[in-house]
Parts: sequence; structure tokens; C-alpha cells
Amino acid sequence: MNTMFQQDGSVLTVHLPADVDHPISDEIRRESDRIIGKVYIRTMIFDFEATDFMDSSGIGLLMGRYRALGMRQGCIRAVQVSSHIDKLLHLSGVHKYIEIQKSEGEGMI
Amino acid sequence: MMENTNEMTLIFDSRPVNEGLARITAASFCTQLNPTLEEVADLKTAVSEAVTNCIIHGYEGEIHKIRMDLRRKGQELFVDITDQGVGIADIKKAMEPLYTSKPEKERSGMGFTFMEAFMDEVTVDSAVGVGTSVHMKKTIRR
Repeated sequence: MNTMFQQDGSVLTVHLPADVDHPISDEIRRESDRIIGKVYIRTMIFDFEATDFMDSSGIGLLMGRYRALGMRQGCIRAVQVSSHIDKLLHLSGVHKYIEIQKSEGEGMI
Repeated sequence: MMENTNEMTLIFDSRPVNEGLARITAASFCTQLNPTLEEVADLKTAVSEAVTNCIIHGYEGEIHKIRMDLRRKGQELFVDITDQGVGIADIKKAMEPLYTSKPEKERSGMGFTFMEAFMDEVTVDSAVGVGTSVHMKKTIRR
């Protein structure tokens, strides 16, 4: 399995890289769909800890996985989200479908 | 005193790997205007959207040239991104939030929305069979 991916039972965690753009989103989509097709995945966690850049390709990735997991509430979680990423999630409306957990210390400054 | 001006042009292949090159170049050029980290992040996302559009929509995956012109005038930054691809028949529709001509590719339809949210001005010139040029402007507050 790709080192970005970590599967624990029905939970699949993706440790996203620094830049979540079009080529990397395609790669993550292919690998997650391969895993989802093989084992039962109930929840996907996208960990943004290392991420400081994202564009709309990342939004497409999140919404696509939301559909792939049956559009259930809480099936997609975005964790350790920075304020810039949070802005993208809200602007795109994706925040209505996924759970968002901002990174610790955000807004403390 | 003469106003601070500077300009550069980058021409590159429409390969996805060059999306990173384009936004890093724009971010580097922008540093002479003393932007905040937030302003740089906004610029990078806008450039990435425009370049991704050229690759996926303009050239539909074929490899041709994309041109990025960066120009500074005082605290104003101008970014023009141009392809000679298929062009856009209905620009108004293309710019609508959530509209995408390629849902099967999991495009979110948010590209132009992000460009408009992160830049002060976005205008699009396009002609079918000729190509598309996106003109963006952002004033860096100091």
C-alpha cells in the first residue's frame, strides 16, 4: 500500500502531502478506489497536517470519495485543517457534507 | 520616482507536473510586493486553477504550450494565463459555481469560483478553436 494510506478495519486514513493538486488528487483517487473495491471501508479520514496548498482538484477528490462511500453523514472527515484549507472547504460548500476538524492552535494567534 | 514595475513570462508544456512549477513561479515573483502568507496561498490556488483548466479543458490532455505572463505595477499584480486550445463556447456558464464539463473526471466545478474568490479581478477571453486567456489582478496590501 502507498505510504500515504493507512487502513485500520473499516477506517481508511490518507496522510495528504504538502501540495494537494491535480496530479496528486488523481493518484489518491486511484489508490483509494482500489482499496475501497477490495475491503469494506466505512469512513475515510483525510489528514491535512502536512498540507499547505490545495486547489479545487482536492475538493473534487473529497466529494468523489463522499459519493464512493454512499454519501453517508460522517463518512468523510477532514482533520488537522489549516485556515487556508478551511476557507476552500467552506467556499466550495463541501463543509456541508464532511466533518471538519481544524488543526490545534488555529485561531490562537 | 519611477513606479516599481517588473514583468516576466513563462512558457511551459501542458503537463500536470508543471502546475506546481507555475504556481511556485507566480509565488516567487509576488514576493517583491511583500505579500502575507495568506495572499501568497490565495495567488497559488488561483494560478493552479487557471493552469489546470488549460491542461484538462483547453488541451484536453494533449501536450501543447501554456503561457503565463506576470506583471507588477506598484502593489498591483497582474497574471495572464493563456492556452491555444479548444476555447470556451459559453464563458458565463463555464464560470458558474459547480458547473463542470467533465464530471466524470471528478472536477468540482469550483475553478473559476476560487479564482474569483482569491483574486480582485478575473476576466476571460476565449474563442472556440483559438484558445483561452484568463486575466487576473490582485492588489497586495501592505
